[in-house]
Amino acid sequence: MLAPVSWIRELVELPEHVTTEVLTDRLTALGLKLEAIQAADITGPLVIGRVLTQDKEPQKNGKVINWCTVDVGEANGTGEPQGIICGAHNFGPGDLVVVVLPGGVLPGGFEISARKTYGHVSAGMICSARELGLGEDHDGIIVLPPDAGQPGDDVFALLGLDDEVIEFEINPDRAYALSVRGVAREAALGFGVPFADPAERELPAVDGKAWEVVVDDPSGCPVFAARLVSGFDPTAPTPEFIKRRVEQAGMRSISLAVDVTNYVMLELGQPIHGYDADKVAGALGVRRARDGEKLTTLDDVVRELSVEDLVITDDSGPIGLAGVMGGATTEMSETTTRILIEAAHWDAVSMFRTGKRHKLTSEAGKRNERGVDPLLPGIAADRVVELLVEHGGATAEPGYTLVGTAPERHAITIATDLPARLSGIDITAMTTVESLRAIGATVTERDAETLEVVPPTWRPDINDPYDLVEEVVRIVGYDQVPSVLPRRATGRGLTRTQRLRRRIGRTLAGAGLVEVVSFPFVGEATFDKLGLPADDPLRTTVGLANPLSSEEPAYTTTLLPGLLDAASRNVGRGAPGVALFETGTVAFPADNGPAPIYGVHTRPSEAELEKLIEALPVQPQHLAVVLAGERRRAGWWGAGTDAGWTDALAVVRRLAADLGVTVEVASAARMPWHPGRCALISIDGVEIGHAGELHPNVCRAYGLPARSAAVELDLDAMMAAATEVVPGPEFSTMPLAKEDVALVVDASVTVAAVEAALREGAGDLLESIRLFDVYTGEQIDEGQKSLAFALRFRAPDRTLTEAETGAARDAAVARAAALTGAVQR
Amino acid sequence: MSGPNTDYDPVEVAAVSPAELEAARDAALAAIAAATDLEQLKAVRTDHAGDRSPLALANREIGALPPQARKEAGQRVGQARGAVSKALAARQEVLEAEHEARILVEEAVDVTLPTDHDPVGGRHPLTTGAELIADIFVAMGWEVAEGPVIEAEWLNFDALNLGPDHPARTMQDTFWTEPADHHVVLRTHTSPVQARTMLTRGVSDGAPIYVVCPGRVFRTDEYDATHSPMFHQVEGLAIDEGISMAHLKGTLDHFATQMFGEGITTRFRPSYFPFTEPSAEVDLICFVCRGVGHDDTGQCRTCRGEGWIEWGGCGIVNPRVLQACGVDSERYSGFAFGMGIDRTLMFRHGLEDLRTLFEGDVRFTTAFGSEL
Ligand SMILES: [Zn+2]
Repeated sequence: MLAPVSWIRELVELPEHVTTEVLTDRLTALGLKLEAIQAADITGPLVIGRVLTQDKEPQKNGKVINWCTVDVGEANGTGEPQGIICGAHNFGPGDLVVVVLPGGVLPGGFEISARKTYGHVSAGMICSARELGLGEDHDGIIVLPPDAGQPGDDVFALLGLDDEVIEFEINPDRAYALSVRGVAREAALGFGVPFADPAERELPAVDGKAWEVVVDDPSGCPVFAARLVSGFDPTAPTPEFIKRRVEQAGMRSISLAVDVTNYVMLELGQPIHGYDADKVAGALGVRRARDGEKLTTLDDVVRELSVEDLVITDDSGPIGLAGVMGGATTEMSETTTRILIEAAHWDAVSMFRTGKRHKLTSEAGKRNERGVDPLLPGIAADRVVELLVEHGGATAEPGYTLVGTAPERHAITIATDLPARLSGIDITAMTTVESLRAIGATVTERDAETLEVVPPTWRPDINDPYDLVEEVVRIVGYDQVPSVLPRRATGRGLTRTQRLRRRIGRTLAGAGLVEVVSFPFVGEATFDKLGLPADDPLRTTVGLANPLSSEEPAYTTTLLPGLLDAASRNVGRGAPGVALFETGTVAFPADNGPAPIYGVHTRPSEAELEKLIEALPVQPQHLAVVLAGERRRAGWWGAGTDAGWTDALAVVRRLAADLGVTVEVASAARMPWHPGRCALISIDGVEIGHAGELHPNVCRAYGLPARSAAVELDLDAMMAAATEVVPGPEFSTMPLAKEDVALVVDASVTVAAVEAALREGAGDLLESIRLFDVYTGEQIDEGQKSLAFALRFRAPDRTLTEAETGAARDAAVARAAALTGAVQR
Repeated sequence: MSGPNTDYDPVEVAAVSPAELEAARDAALAAIAAATDLEQLKAVRTDHAGDRSPLALANREIGALPPQARKEAGQRVGQARGAVSKALAARQEVLEAEHEARILVEEAVDVTLPTDHDPVGGRHPLTTGAELIADIFVAMGWEVAEGPVIEAEWLNFDALNLGPDHPARTMQDTFWTEPADHHVVLRTHTSPVQARTMLTRGVSDGAPIYVVCPGRVFRTDEYDATHSPMFHQVEGLAIDEGISMAHLKGTLDHFATQMFGEGITTRFRPSYFPFTEPSAEVDLICFVCRGVGHDDTGQCRTCRGEGWIEWGGCGIVNPRVLQACGVDSERYSGFAFGMGIDRTLMFRHGLEDLRTLFEGDVRFTTAFGSEL
């Protein structure tokens, strides 16, 4: 909402000391938030000039310029006529014009100085409205009325250039402030000064004779007012003050008739529509549209109407989308002399739906869908008549049609102390009553503890006791709310999951991984880039009905794309290596049908809630890791090492150790991983994810170094398996016995299998087992490999003898031979 | 010891001369003193205290002396040997200390050499920032509640007093999942977590609700320096008997102080949110200029000269919300607040471009260390 300060001041007697800044501070404190104060971006001298001479001088380029002398009084310090070159031609000698003299600055920082041009010294400029930032009308310079003033007079006030315009951000509940009437009322409230309500008018008696109006849908249109004027002069110009105010409010000046309807809407907040009465055939009707009906609106768009749309009709059918936009067939034109004026009160919800359905936002719609004072239609129509008569030479036709009455407001019962209780401010009953009366409510004290409050007609937002509390508190002042800490919270701290998640993040960061946060939006191309097969379950996504990009129309099923993009970005910016992790939600469709919409007056039942939750996608928390390029840096100490599949598995194992989870590792072939270097990670036989080297195609696709590695795990599963209470570790302090064995096995036999067999065979005396070398080469047959294990034995209660240790070692080797065909070297 | 020696030929034995003994001792002591390293000292030891050294030979001769001469000779030889052995030990100690000191000197390194062999990790400021906030509230006895990011329309809107025709539904441009008539959205705020908390936990005498809900939210905003389709919010909800705006103010003042420093308080301005009534915008006194709006160098960049920073929205929970979530609105009242974590970090750290939070550049994240 843009409100000129001069207009506000017309309706409310603001004290002298109230500057625009003081005014906006107070209004902001009351809930009308200041967005900006707009002031003319001009510094003087800007004065009235009388054109004395005007010599037309044709130029070589075919243009004709005017060499003028202009009387600017004493404004130039000499009293001599000022010589000025002007390219415009819509004025002549004797006219009063607006002159900016050297030293002045026009909007956009355009500095005026005397300069030589077209063979003259032009000392200043004769201004057009556009040059002064007053409008888009470029052609002509401003010609002032003959009685505008004397040459040399300052024109700031005359042109309204000294008028500041306040831009407010109006919240949806304060629709009444989408008018100067509403803003001025708040200003009066804020400073405790009288308010001259522009809606207080003497209206003619309702006789239904202005125009026949039939309202078929009184719930959609509770009030409809119609008036008629004739003999209107369609060529009459819009008076300067109306034009200026309409433009200050951010609307375009179009014609007197249109400008007047807009002006009254800005003044009162009531949208108004004017019809060319000669184009309206028969009675005006209000009804819902019928299936298949069409309407061409003022913006020349043909609209397919819905049965929910309210329309205005005449004998020809729909002629307007009620309350939102008029129709083309009855539009006022440059020949219109009879104007039918409509001002109606519309059902806000219907307005909102129609605007949304047709994607139409208009100044009228904006007000109608938020709720307008239902007492305004007749008043606004009368005000329009007045202005058309006064400025357009029209004659007010007798007759005033008013169909319907304003819906009655019901009293709200409120405990007198509720404002005090809810605000924590010491608000007395008297203050409460006075505050409510100040906003225009009718207050009755039912008893010592209860008030009956009927809100004013312009406040459709006030329906509950709590709404009244807000009114009282904002008048008392939000700055009066004391600061008191509640003391009854008895929380149990972070949940186990919350603590584990923090621990996981710290472990990964400690392992040299950097956390990233990326967007979860993906598309087919994302999955193609990962090389996922066409039937990969990850391609079954939760789709978005209105994605920002048609390339990424779904919520992701994997965290890897975001991480790979981030890795690629880091490498592209010159990082020699990058190790990233992310934890976040992925989603899989539930396919359990729609989520119900329940009522809001009572709590849904447990079964209903369950149904709601079941309809939602499955949304596990995942953890993903990408390791690319240099992992341990090269330096003066020697070579570095690049990330590879082992780093990926090391991350998994480190995390598992940290959470006290035993993970199983088996080889798997799964895109986007290298088919021979991908590990399937499981817990108790349940798959929780994969880790390993990325497929070379994927590295290439993302521009990552060869052998980059990745992990993706179901974090929920991992956390669920975390050890809750670690049993006290028991260990022996007896001497350690060491045995190393080298076993030759077929190349296809896994280390895990050999290790498991050794462990099984070695028995209880085995304390630990660790592979320390893998060898293939000259001394080993083709297709075989040698695995060297360090076995460590210890007894809980004694020093082991060589014989005992040897026997355990032999048993281990024998078991490995039996299970894996291992041969000791 | 000097027992009888069968190989010994007593005939060749001469009496131990005190002068010779003294000379041998002095020679030994001089050699010891002259030894400059452990190697030399070892040679000195062999020459002057070894088996073939004059003093050792003299010692051996004692046994061949007549009994009456033995005692006196033994004393003299013993003293001489004692002196040498003591000198050796002392010199050994000195030289060893010198040796060790020299090694330490030789082993000196340039400690300014880089040591950055291990990769540096770090957690994202959005994560640690949310944890910092959570900790502030947990310390006051609040709990941290969470919920899914893909949420039922009813929980995201209806239950929060945002009916199907509420203008606020268009204010928050929402991502809808397919098919759109299944009423499932990407949550536009973390408020559905508040609804879930009330619905699942309820409120009773001994169990009021005090929860904060940090989390990821979505709106269909085009991505630029100050807007993102995904961002992070923290909301708080308190439901108890006798809750008022004063408690809301107290809580937010405490939050602001913990987050931005002593003396940083909040102010309320009337506003509108469907789930609260009365509603307020909460501003934070600028923690850089402390509300002044400028410093010696000109306008304050953090608050753009306003002296205050818009922080979030808050208010008394609308009884309609309590009703939909099964809380007795006659008996209990509550307050709620919400602010952007991303935005909070942006002005706390002077970030110019929101997108740096989501680019994943490791230089951004690691710069935060563990400040947050
Ligand atoms: Zn500041």
